[in-house]
Amino acid sequence: MSKSCLVVDDSKVIRKVARHILEGMDFSVEEAADGQEALTYCRANRPDVILLDWNMPVMSGMEFLTVFNDLDFGFDERPRVVFCTTENSIDHIRAAIEAGADEYVMKPFDRETLEGKLQLVGVA
Amino acid sequence: MMGGSASESAYRVLMGVLESRTGQTLSPNRIWRIEMSLKPVMQRHGIADLDALVAGLVTSNSRQLLDDTVDAMLNNETFFYREHSVFDDIANNALEHIRTINARTRRLTIWHCGVSTGQEAYSLAMLLAEQEAKWAGWQIDIVGTDVSYHAIARARVGLYTQFEIQRGLPVQRMVRWFDQTEAGWLAKADLRRRIDFSVQNMLTDRPPLASSADLIFCRNLLLYFSLPMRQKAFARLRAMAAPQSFLVLGAGETVLGQTDQFVASPRLRGLYEPADQQVRRPDLTRPLAA
Repeated sequence: MSKSCLVVDDSKVIRKVARHILEGMDFSVEEAADGQEALTYCRANRPDVILLDWNMPVMSGMEFLTVFNDLDFGFDERPRVVFCTTENSIDHIRAAIEAGADEYVMKPFDRETLEGKLQLVGVA
Repeated sequence: MMGGSASESAYRVLMGVLESRTGQTLSPNRIWRIEMSLKPVMQRHGIADLDALVAGLVTSNSRQLLDDTVDAMLNNETFFYREHSVFDDIANNALEHIRTINARTRRLTIWHCGVSTGQEAYSLAMLLAEQEAKWAGWQIDIVGTDVSYHAIARARVGLYTQFEIQRGLPVQRMVRWFDQTEAGWLAKADLRRRIDFSVQNMLTDRPPLASSADLIFCRNLLLYFSLPMRQKAFARLRAMAAPQSFLVLGAGETVLGQTDQFVASPRLRGLYEPADQQVRRPDLTRPLAA
């Protein structure tokens, strides 16, 4: 069975690029344009992994993560969270780890980088 | 025609230079890249094309031009925790085994032959550093060697681009062991001091090891050698291997049909051991004499 990924990014181009890469890796892909849309999706679904942008309108990636951490996935494992952002300072990276992110992709990224990070969190 | 616009003889000379200096041969899928790989070298030395480069190599005594040319033709591809299951096996099995064997001497020597720009050696160093309590009181030497002086210079500095630092390195380890600088991600001094990097041609030079190696990494290097050179390389590796040691090759590499110096480890899948070690080990499956 193919794995599922929720791509959360306000950039349509980034979502398209990520979808292209992920579908090439046999992932089924859903998209959300901000943290709020992602939360709505996660309350009804459990993707294997979430690819999360930092800066987005309505609700940022960090705000999403704070609420997401309190969601109850029952007996299912919590989805892995991989930040994917242009916020590339070590302070941002540390903050993301402290907030519960499992991995961090600094943009720009390529297929190999994303694939490697998804392997590290055990979904590829 | 072998490659781009240069004459066939130019390619032959370049391939000959590479083989005589490093033992490596260029596979057909790398030949077409020669011109592209050498472009920065030609620019740096003010040389117009490959034919002129070859003329320069033949007629001038420029050691720098020769070193730069050879370096540019080498494949320095590497990344952190390359095939990370290999590193898991080493951490969980091979190192545990060596700990038992060397319990008396409390000494661990690791040789990474063909270390390139250092990412895999740093991967090992991080593994060991994170097991500090377990290895307290042990003398641990990690030696990384490569024929490329550019690669070794980079490995010593331990500075990686954003692209390189993200390849295979878990983010937790990245923030623990690297500092973000203007120039890139720099290995912390505490990590850098754990490895000695040096330029070495494995076919002709003795590696700077204080004692024989308990664990030898030689991954994705021997595939660039012709069979006779590869056999010579295996003999060099064997000469530096401790009697009970492990050799780690690349995922697509094997000793089968290549050498009788090493055999597949009966204990640890995917690793190799010196062949004569098999003879000396007592057969524990046989019942004791009455």
